[in-house]
Amino acid sequence: MSTPSHDGGHDEPVDENLPERDDLYANPGLPEHQWRPTDVDPKAEKRAERQVATLFGLSAICTVLLVVAYFTVDVNDTVGNLGAQNLTLGLCLAGALLFLGFGVIQWARKLMADQEIVEYRHPAASSDEDRAATLEALSTGLAESGIGRRPLVRNSLLGAVGLLGVPAIVFLRDLGPTNAQVTKAQPYPGAGLEHTIWEQGMRVVRDVVGTPIKPGDLQIGDLVNAEPEGLFKSPWDGEPLEGLALQVGKSKGAVVVVRMEPDEIIPGKGRENWSVDGILCYSKICTHVGCPISLYERTTHHLLCPCHQSTFDLADSAKVVFGPAARPLPQLPLAVDSEGYLVAQSDFTEPVGPSYWERG
Amino acid sequence: MDTSKVASSNTTTAATASKPKRIGAVATWADERLGLAGLAKKNLRKVFPDHWSFMLGEIALWSFVVLLLTGVFLTLWFTPSMGEVQYNGTYEQLRGVHMSEAFASTLRISFDVRGGLLMRQMHHWAAMLFVASMMIHLLRVFFTGAHRKPRELNWVIGCLLLILGTLEGFTGYSLPDDLLSGTGVRAADGFIKATPVVGTYMSFFLFGGEFPGESIIPRLYVVHVLLLPGLLLALIAAHMLLLVYHKHTQWPGPGRTEKNVVGYPMLPVYAAKAGGFFFIVFGVTALLASLLSINAVWKLGPYDPSKVTAGSQPDWYMGWPDGALRIMPGIESEFWGITISWNVMLPILVLPMLMFVILLLLPFLEAWITGDKREHHLLQRPRNAPTRTALMVALMTMYGLFWAAGGNDILAIKLHASINEITYFLRGAVFVGPILAFIITRRWCISLQRKDNETLLHGYETGIIMRSAEGGYSERHLPLPDSKAYTLTARDRDPVVDGFEVDAADANGLPAPGEGRIAALRHRLRTLWYTDNVQKPSQAELEEGHHHSEHEHELQEPLDGRAADGHQFDGHHLVDDESLRH
Repeated sequence: MSTPSHDGGHDEPVDENLPERDDLYANPGLPEHQWRPTDVDPKAEKRAERQVATLFGLSAICTVLLVVAYFTVDVNDTVGNLGAQNLTLGLCLAGALLFLGFGVIQWARKLMADQEIVEYRHPAASSDEDRAATLEALSTGLAESGIGRRPLVRNSLLGAVGLLGVPAIVFLRDLGPTNAQVTKAQPYPGAGLEHTIWEQGMRVVRDVVGTPIKPGDLQIGDLVNAEPEGLFKSPWDGEPLEGLALQVGKSKGAVVVVRMEPDEIIPGKGRENWSVDGILCYSKICTHVGCPISLYERTTHHLLCPCHQSTFDLADSAKVVFGPAARPLPQLPLAVDSEGYLVAQSDFTEPVGPSYWERG
Repeated sequence: MDTSKVASSNTTTAATASKPKRIGAVATWADERLGLAGLAKKNLRKVFPDHWSFMLGEIALWSFVVLLLTGVFLTLWFTPSMGEVQYNGTYEQLRGVHMSEAFASTLRISFDVRGGLLMRQMHHWAAMLFVASMMIHLLRVFFTGAHRKPRELNWVIGCLLLILGTLEGFTGYSLPDDLLSGTGVRAADGFIKATPVVGTYMSFFLFGGEFPGESIIPRLYVVHVLLLPGLLLALIAAHMLLLVYHKHTQWPGPGRTEKNVVGYPMLPVYAAKAGGFFFIVFGVTALLASLLSINAVWKLGPYDPSKVTAGSQPDWYMGWPDGALRIMPGIESEFWGITISWNVMLPILVLPMLMFVILLLLPFLEAWITGDKREHHLLQRPRNAPTRTALMVALMTMYGLFWAAGGNDILAIKLHASINEITYFLRGAVFVGPILAFIITRRWCISLQRKDNETLLHGYETGIIMRSAEGGYSERHLPLPDSKAYTLTARDRDPVVDGFEVDAADANGLPAPGEGRIAALRHRLRTLWYTDNVQKPSQAELEEGHHHSEHEHELQEPLDGRAADGHQFDGHHLVDDESLRH
């Protein structure tokens, strides 16, 4: 059975450009074809046929069950802690598909001819004549176009086509405004990378609920997630922010407020009066790539970013003590307003969030 | 065995079709319009060799088809918009919460569209499978040398598929606009901003203004459902066309040479197996989706730029650059009013690009070092190319360590170790680990090569322990059957690297000016590439080995026909008919 069958008249084996090999043993040729039980035993053949048909039948049953389940199983039912609908639809679909697949493969393995056949390879390259003819055609074509002889035409063509790449890029310009444009236009409070919604006298309010905070509300060791009051009461019209303005406001304005023993604080240069009774306020946005920071260890005053584990020491101007961040978290200078609530002395004195080229 | 009942057609000539006339008529009709008979004649019975490892790429192909099917279903309900709505759907815990339309429609698909959650989970599982199988397929190709001439371009296409598939995954899991994926997009904004000079411009253009803007979800959506799938589809088509044109590689063996391809014909066996396998891949994703919850976005809630969950991690295939980002020391330069964020730029922008370029160039690099310009259609066992195998294992080790770094917080919790120590360890390990892996793998391969030669020369271990008259014990070795010996020796000898080789292009024997240093480097690399490799035995060694084992055989001859396992004395079994020499 080792005679190769000729397939489509490929009888010229590839013989050039292949590794030369010193065969230590003569090629024994393809092994004798082994007949399977299904080839020689009609009973085995029938059995295989029935197996395949059974698998197809099971697939059909699963498909029917799938449709039935679609109309009968309610979305709110559960099995264990799994959604009943997802489970039944999924299992029925899986059954329908898997039984079908198993059936087809069983058919191929047991009943289709299992004789391996041989095909000859050809070099990937075209024949030398073809290649020569192609090069000939190419050079004739190029010569007739005169592209080599007329550099003026060629170069002006290249220039004109190349220039078309410019509008392809320029036309993307209106994908968005630049930082400078946003900063100048101020479409919402605190627009632009150098600004946030914080401003002098804006209250520091609790996250989600928006209630203002008095220094006495905080105990030593507390950390509160806070936001600028401006998110709940726009500095422009007193209405709550929504949509883009709210999202941008949060993405730059979110802060953490911590209270620690005043003597534990190592005041930064020029930041001596930025805290109130041991209460400090820092940007919640990581200076690494901008994740909101959330994990606080009160004994060490370390704040850890859950994204890439940059760790900041809140007692020491939020300097980086570990991790990939390079800059401290910006600090918001705090004060107390006439009603005794925590307020910002000003906006942040540096951009919050990740670094960028022109940040300086 | 009675073979007389077997139809002679059960071989390579077509069995009699049941209704040849109708099929013929349809074929004629089509051919008169399309003229495809010439093409079909060649390809209908095209030969595909059989081996389990050739199935890995098929998993990738079929999971892509599953992605297309389930993806189309999802587009029917998904709203790619960041417009703010108040949720009033079935899922009680989030009722009344403000969220983007994208997130609300994802909840709708999960809770209100029947089969929606199943399709979402199938889509996500198929995406995992798609990327994973591409990676394993890539490893199979490289470890067996299937990337060599003439298949280098198909390797390049495959690498492009891998990177586009990864991007497709990222854009896809960002679409629901949940807290986790939004955090991922937030980090991506940080990466973009770290780009020198144009960072903020790119960020503002991509997001349509300041992060998070209102444009990113619709833009990612178009990229995810149109641009990337289109490119993937075109590249997959090219990948398959080249596969058909080159014909599949095969393992050496009796009757299998560089000049032929042996296997089952496309019609019917391969078509049936591949077609059946499609349903199996499809079915497995359905099974996964029905039993294993994936990306339960309703537990995370909608994206809020001021919130984050602990243990935030991207999907696994984005894990390794994230790991590099985590263990990178925080280095940033500020001068002349500009900031360069090495801590972000190097691990997340430069490193992946570099790794991708290295991956892309591997076949060309290898061909340049070895100087091998021949076509290769027979696969190599990984052990027979020790340096190549070791190189890929080194890259895998690096990948694995970066990937582990991407879960340094999880590792710290599970191992009750300090995250700082794990991070410091990994900073060193990503450099040292690959080197160790390279050395160990290379020596391991060479040992395996030695073992092969041992078997060729002295036969295989039978497991029969002999006791000599003097009381010494030895294991009986028997020569390999010819077919196995042929398979084992069906490999090239490595070229002898001695002195500078002057390339054929250099007809007059003078090195081209300025090429001296490059040629020297190449020579050094080539020497390294082949150093210590074990070649298959020479004819003389083989004969001597055989002679030796024949001699041994003769010595042991008296034992033939004797049962010597000792049990003839204890009555465990009768051993009169047993022989040690079969």
